[in-house]
Amino acid sequence: MSAALDRRALELLPAGPRLVSHDAAVFALREKRDVAARAEPDFERLRDHAREAKAFALDHLDLNLERFEARATAAGACVHWAEDAPALNRIVHELLDARGARRVVKSKSMLTEECGLNPYLESRGVEVVDTDLGERIVQLGHEPPSHIIMPAIHRTREDIGALFARELDVPAGETDPARLTEAARRHLRGHFLGAEAAITGANFAVAESGTIVVVTNEGNADLGMSLPPLHIACLGIEKVIPGLADLAVFLRLLARSATGQPISVYTSLVTGPRPGGELHIVLVDNGRTRLLADEHHRRALGCIRCGACLNTCPVYRRAGGHAYGYAIPGPIGAVLAPALGGTDERRSLPLASTLCGSCSAVCPVKIDLHEQLIAWRATDVPRGRRERVLARIAAAVFESPALYRAAGRVARLVWPALSRRWLGNPASAWLVSRELPAHPGASFRERWHARVRGAGP
Amino acid sequence: MPERAPRPVDVALFVPCYVDQLAPEVGLATASVLERLGCQVSFDPRQTCCGQPFVTTGAHAEAVRLARAHASVFERAEAVVCPSASCVATVRRRYADLLGAAQAEPIAARTFELGEFIVLRLGTSDVGAVFPHRVALLESCHGLRELGLGRPSEKSGVADDAVGITERLLRGVTGLELRPVTRRDECCGFGGAFSVGFPELSARIGRDKLRALAESGAEYVTATDASCLLHLEALRAREGFGPRAIHLAEILASRAGG
Repeated sequence: MSAALDRRALELLPAGPRLVSHDAAVFALREKRDVAARAEPDFERLRDHAREAKAFALDHLDLNLERFEARATAAGACVHWAEDAPALNRIVHELLDARGARRVVKSKSMLTEECGLNPYLESRGVEVVDTDLGERIVQLGHEPPSHIIMPAIHRTREDIGALFARELDVPAGETDPARLTEAARRHLRGHFLGAEAAITGANFAVAESGTIVVVTNEGNADLGMSLPPLHIACLGIEKVIPGLADLAVFLRLLARSATGQPISVYTSLVTGPRPGGELHIVLVDNGRTRLLADEHHRRALGCIRCGACLNTCPVYRRAGGHAYGYAIPGPIGAVLAPALGGTDERRSLPLASTLCGSCSAVCPVKIDLHEQLIAWRATDVPRGRRERVLARIAAAVFESPALYRAAGRVARLVWPALSRRWLGNPASAWLVSRELPAHPGASFRERWHARVRGAGP
Repeated sequence: MPERAPRPVDVALFVPCYVDQLAPEVGLATASVLERLGCQVSFDPRQTCCGQPFVTTGAHAEAVRLARAHASVFERAEAVVCPSASCVATVRRRYADLLGAAQAEPIAARTFELGEFIVLRLGTSDVGAVFPHRVALLESCHGLRELGLGRPSEKSGVADDAVGITERLLRGVTGLELRPVTRRDECCGFGGAFSVGFPELSARIGRDKLRALAESGAEYVTATDASCLLHLEALRAREGFGPRAIHLAEILASRAGG
């Protein structure tokens, strides 16, 4: 009965100190966001503005995309269109292959995670080195990111020390973050200098100037873009916004919502290739136009991937990102997965929420995330025959007050049996961690009836 | 002393199915508080369930049928008052999708959560209750974020000393000492069907909540929703620690020596 996410959470993030520290580390981000949001008097107005700007950008996405292509091309970039994940992977590989590039440095891109670009390139003999520190940690550990901006947040410093002792030039037992970071920096520097191409994502693409915008805290994307002659930027089509004025609003919200910083350390605007270099921009659909055509869910395309909804989500913090089985975990992942994820299991992710609504309350572009989860449950979450039949029976009972009263009497009779553990007990999922409360013995309506009769009108 | 409403308000009790079956004392306490404040309270036994469990499990057709039935039971009511924020949120926030805006609007506009009705409609936050205990408030998510009964910790631009509706009522209770709770508005993990489909995750969230409540030093935890409280009681029974659960209505109905 219990969902895959619940079972995988038990296995991948078992209860204990690791779970406690994961929850605490992620919630600390949420608290930093709260402090930053309160320190910015215009924060709620910025959210309203951002929501409208994204809605406008998506309503005119066709025009924005065409304008972006024209302006980026005029600036000397080469724009490619990829309908789905295989198309993106093929285009990138062909670009690398045609130039004999086999050593690639890559900065963080959730889109390429979504499309499985790394394994595709690696199986074709291309060495891909992720240069974001967290990304490099999970890459060395042969695991996917567990958070969209903090890829290795499920790892402790002890884990990372052990990993670096095995993979890099670090003495065993090293757990000091500064020394571990320094070791990663030395290790990555060699890869930067030897790279033949750089792959980056993009946080935004500006139609009016044909500019892509890349935001990082480590400068790794900038170094990647500046050294090898070939730069390939991969981005979803929803990243295109009309103008630089909109960008200002999003940048003020992005870092505050993500980490509580007023602005990220590096914000690079790239318009055309640098002299002597090549810039290729791959615009990827991979299910996004389907989402755009869906009036209930198109607003989810407004996501700027800040991770605030993950950080606040009580379920994400106790499950860990890997349990979701989808590149983008947490509430926004559960909203996007039915449209972009494909499998039945991913289409069931909208159930993985208590509907507490905190995700909607922190979203910097005010996506109504928890309401979208409810909407998906009605339309797209696979429901088995047993569930459908049970819902029909339950509704028939509730539709008849007489049947409802009778069902209440039956429940009272079987309650003691339900409270004990036995094979096939429908309440067994509850009883793993809880006791069933004692049955009060009489319903409200029985007692009300008695009270009215006893006391008179 | 409680201020009286200018004229008796006719209140139709909306007693959610799970309160009817599993927490009848909450329904009775709701009636007695409202009567004490001068309301004329009635209960229509044709009511059963507002449809929330069907909405949250994606049983749309069934949810529509139950919403229609619920709306017709309360068609003529002057005010519909319910001791459960999440059921009120279903009527107010979900019925437009189920019934259409025109059908949903009249019932949504007349349906109130108990505390909200007392403070906003009857215009008082002192109901004359006495409850000399240390109490922690669990702000039920739907009350907090969908009905606006409190100030969510995510929101900026809200004055730090702003006090929510539920809290205002508790502050008006003689002898009650309100204890602060870490991560005060983190979910209890129940989520209805979520606790069945995701029993481990739900229990993890709930145990953390129970621990935070216990650390607050409160003897009781209260909430606008008996569902959150039943979940915490079920965990407390297993874990053997934590404050006892008591519904807001029961605190408001308490008198000296009672």
